[in-house]
Amino acid sequence: MLNKLTRWSRIKSPWILHLNSGACNACDIEIVAALTPRFDVERFGVLLKATPRHADVIIASGPVTRQIRDRIVRIYEQTPNPKFVIAVGACAMSGCVYRGAYNIMGGIDQVIPVDMYVPGCPARPDAIVDGVVKLLGKL
Amino acid sequence: MSFEIPIGPQHPALKEPISLRMTVDGEVITGVDIRLGYNHRGVEKLAEQKTWIQNIYLTERICGICSHSHATCYVQAVEKLMELLPPRRGLYIRYLVSELERVHSHLLWLGVAGHEAGFDSFFMYTWRDREIVMDLLEMISGNRVHYAINTIGGVRRDIDEGQKAKILEGVATLRKRSEYYFAIGANEPSFVARIAGVGMLSKEQAVSLCAVGPVARASGVARDVRKEDPYAVYDELDFELCTADSCDVLGRVVVRVKELLESYKMIEQMVRNLPDGDIAVKAPRKAKPGEAVSRYEAPRGENIHYVKSSGADKPERLKVRAPTLGNYPATIEMLKKGFIADIPLIFAAIDPCICCAERAVTLVDAANGAESIVRMSELRRRALARAKNAPVKGNAVWPF
Ligand code: SF4
Repeated sequence: MLNKLTRWSRIKSPWILHLNSGACNACDIEIVAALTPRFDVERFGVLLKATPRHADVIIASGPVTRQIRDRIVRIYEQTPNPKFVIAVGACAMSGCVYRGAYNIMGGIDQVIPVDMYVPGCPARPDAIVDGVVKLLGKL
Repeated sequence: MSFEIPIGPQHPALKEPISLRMTVDGEVITGVDIRLGYNHRGVEKLAEQKTWIQNIYLTERICGICSHSHATCYVQAVEKLMELLPPRRGLYIRYLVSELERVHSHLLWLGVAGHEAGFDSFFMYTWRDREIVMDLLEMISGNRVHYAINTIGGVRRDIDEGQKAKILEGVATLRKRSEYYFAIGANEPSFVARIAGVGMLSKEQAVSLCAVGPVARASGVARDVRKEDPYAVYDELDFELCTADSCDVLGRVVVRVKELLESYKMIEQMVRNLPDGDIAVKAPRKAKPGEAVSRYEAPRGENIHYVKSSGADKPERLKVRAPTLGNYPATIEMLKKGFIADIPLIFAAIDPCICCAERAVTLVDAANGAESIVRMSELRRRALARAKNAPVKGNAVWPF
């Protein structure tokens, strides 16, 4: 019964944390755009949170620079279980144009486990919303 | 007793996650130290391994909000190096996209400023209207953010009559809506009072610290590359240089609002007077040995690119000076003598948007080393509480 209740509340209102790991900012403004009136992910109960300790889903963008790597691991560890990671953009998947640069790791999945990939450079807000909804469908 | 507050480095809405360390005395900030490098990807080095054409797409991805600024600045420098003269129609389309980009960037910023000042409906309204510009840009270039419209020697896509009509229609709607919202802002004394007198930067300081863009113009320094060193089409356009003398966040809002209206004017002029002809000339694969510098007025200020060629099909060196970097010394001055509660507002005013998500502030007691973590949301709550108790500044007036 309790399990059913937690599962229901998890699906009905996933709280997200937005994490930039050295992205060019385009993916990030598209994530913010997904929260504003035209796309409005809030109608699915999605709420942006300011701290990893409140979040269920980490929406990450960027190719992971060396300086920020440890902090990403720390943020991931601070997020309570169960947690999910959505990698947004070509950078977060493989490094995009920066692939081969000396200071990047080449993708979020090099550092923390990823559950869902949203392609695009930058990913469109509709694609990001679709990614979130698909993730919820998996729960 | 003085405290030290480290802020950041993780604040996701920034193009450069950076870390600020502030020394505070009570509520007042006495010293600021900025630490950079969290977003260092090695773009300049990477550019040396890519061809001239590939580098357009790389420079475009330096920053997502002013992507067209970096790409255009780079392309201008390379064209200088290759001695190419793009056709008039190509230039008009290129700078049409520039101005549309400025509109999208300023609308974005105004929304963020409203959000930081606790005026969230303003944020939602401007972001809704920003979608109109995004649609126009998508129609012209095929993508919402990285337009990839530039190529060496011109642009890659032409625009037709139907698109012209749509642009004019979109700009007319935007102008009407913008004027309406600014009237609302003017009738909101708490909003005006919140941003007036915050983050002061005097004219002398702005000059000596080399502030650029709207930050400098809000301090009364009439500096705009489009006016003082008009590149390409800007000497044919009729527009005004926008300044303000209040030297605070209110001034920065005013400058950006005025620039929005000027940009609408320029867009209409460019669409109406679009010349006929080709959109691009063929560019050689290699550039002659030499070097070139180009300047460009990005939404955030002056952007400078330097390229050096050794005669190969790749640059030997690419150096980028982005406007936000030019504004850091000025930001330090603005934060000093300010209040902790004003940090989000002042920092947002130079336009690295800190509109969302995880940002933590640790308050360190210098005497006993006790730490307390304050989140961005808490910081904002404090800011709002302080603004509520502050007396409404009767003399703060909205200039429209
Ligand atoms: S995927 Fe593209 S748009 Fe997104 S952060 Fe990377 S370079 Fe920027």
